[in-house]
Amino acid sequence: MTTLAQPVSLREHVSPIAAGSHVVGAAWLKDVLALALADGRVLRWREGEPEELEAHALGILSVASDGARLITGGDDGRLVATGAQGDPEELARDPKRRWIDAVAINASGAIAWNTGKTVQARDEKGRVRTLEGASTPQGLAFAPKGFRLAVAQMNGVSLWYPNTEAKPDVLDWKGSHLDVTFSPDGRFVVTSMQENALHGWRLGEKPSHMRMTGYPAKPRSLSWSHDGLWLASSGADAAIVWPFQGDGPQGKAPRECGARHAKVSQVAFHPRALVLAVGYDDGCILMIRLTDGSELLVRAPERGSGISAFTWDKAGKRLAFGAEDGAAGVLTLPAA
Amino acid sequence: MSEKIPVTVLTGYLGAGKTTLLNRILTEDHGKKFAVIVNEFGEAGIDGDLVVGADEEVFEMNNGCICCTVRGDLIRILDGLMKRKGKFDAIIVETTGLADPAPVAQTFFVDQDVGDATRLDAVVTVTDAKWLKERLKDAPEAKNQIAFADVIILNKTDLVSAEELAEVEKQIRAINPYAKLHRTAHCDLPVAELLDRKAFDLDRILDIEPDFLENGHHHHHSDEVRSFSFTIPGEVDPEKFMPWINDVSQAQGPNILRSKGILAFKDEPRRFVFQGVHMILDGDLQRDWKPEEKRESRLVFIGRDLNENELRKGFEACAA
Repeated sequence: MTTLAQPVSLREHVSPIAAGSHVVGAAWLKDVLALALADGRVLRWREGEPEELEAHALGILSVASDGARLITGGDDGRLVATGAQGDPEELARDPKRRWIDAVAINASGAIAWNTGKTVQARDEKGRVRTLEGASTPQGLAFAPKGFRLAVAQMNGVSLWYPNTEAKPDVLDWKGSHLDVTFSPDGRFVVTSMQENALHGWRLGEKPSHMRMTGYPAKPRSLSWSHDGLWLASSGADAAIVWPFQGDGPQGKAPRECGARHAKVSQVAFHPRALVLAVGYDDGCILMIRLTDGSELLVRAPERGSGISAFTWDKAGKRLAFGAEDGAAGVLTLPAA
Repeated sequence: MSEKIPVTVLTGYLGAGKTTLLNRILTEDHGKKFAVIVNEFGEAGIDGDLVVGADEEVFEMNNGCICCTVRGDLIRILDGLMKRKGKFDAIIVETTGLADPAPVAQTFFVDQDVGDATRLDAVVTVTDAKWLKERLKDAPEAKNQIAFADVIILNKTDLVSAEELAEVEKQIRAINPYAKLHRTAHCDLPVAELLDRKAFDLDRILDIEPDFLENGHHHHHSDEVRSFSFTIPGEVDPEKFMPWINDVSQAQGPNILRSKGILAFKDEPRRFVFQGVHMILDGDLQRDWKPEEKRESRLVFIGRDLNENELRKGFEACAA
């Protein structure tokens, strides 16, 4: 990452993409970028060549990827997988056409999704298990190891082993939990909340609580550093980065990176270095090095073009972004 | 910031004619496109481009305010819809017959993302001229829905006599003299009467004068929903008024369904306008008082078991 020290701007290294509709999510499928769009299309982009695919009849609401497939949930009640090649494949369809608000996929290809209050998990062999929740989940996340799913819902998180008959463990905390994520070492579960806060649990015999409050808006974008020691979040006028060394962030102050007169809407840690991509609701993107706080401009502010999606490729050479107005782009980091 | 999408909330007791009205709105040739959020029990065939099923997931905000309930499903659905701006011009939220309109309304004040992207336009309540009288006796939800309404459609008027109609209107007006009332047989009224009312717009509050019917006498019994209007023929002292209105909404919030006011503050050329839903107050200094306008201060409460004299005295003590 020594290349990041020199230029003050990376703007000339960005290839723009006209996606044409609000970018809900993005993922690299090896060398192919897949953008999930709010009008139901998936845009596949290969070295500057875009290809449009009709993945959903109406809109895409939820996105996940394991690096091989882009999994999308739509308001047509369909769960669709799109690979680097070929047509989108329907994995499931809700007969009542209920929205699929949340999807998750793990490293071995197991997929989870919801339709209303029902959560379904499909293991890599295609066996589907079902869990009835008390409320509609908005966030699902697989544990980094084992076939275990965290379900964020009203008043807490359920930790469910879909392949056992055991009832899910419940992590209680009053309020509406939105997104959920496991730390890469599986020791922590963190949710974003309706009350402009994060809530965390250190897992163990008696899970302990962590309250991360003070956000002016909901922190809906979360990203772990490659070493798992930091969790970056959106929802403030700077990226808020919590320390997860040892017992976690309880009682510790977070780092604030890239303070501007705009709200951070997306964050994404580089997959190999302590460098954070920060996207704002005014369309600006900064690349920030955590060790010294140095900043590089990736995209200048652009009215109505708030950043809505980020994804790094596996090697950390390219960052793709998407925006609310259908603008998108790929930053290729200059070679050393 | 682009224009906020207007949201119309459609309430009404079971069988009053909500679905008829909804279909009328959707099929009338008005050139508008709607996204419609319907409750899952409603089912009855609704034609429209964008129809979303909701679960009415009401939850309490974690902010110590006991009546600060919001609709989690609505926040989620509106968030999803906002990604497709331009596909529709307005949103209609249909509630179940048993739903309390307060959490729906509060969602627009409490959730910032929702408030940034949309504005609550009006609460429209469909009532049944034949059966409302009975519902007011046995269903507190029916009362809440009338108390909350900005527009009331008194439907199925063809099924009652003129006397019965007058009686039911009187009952409605005792609860809510401020709403615009339409009499219909089959919810047949122009869609323009329902949409773009701007009822929650601070600029428009109290532009509509109350329609108190004659002989406003009431039988006092418990659980009665009524409205009160108080006027001070002059200015109020904000140093006294603000703490008082906060105390009132904290202490009596659960019983106050809606509140509104336009106030002349001492030494302030602009009108102070506020509105409230239960404990949630939203207020701001608006335009200047016009030269021809009388600088006076007026408050309206619609609520259950409110102590009229106590409220009046408290307000009058705020006079400058």
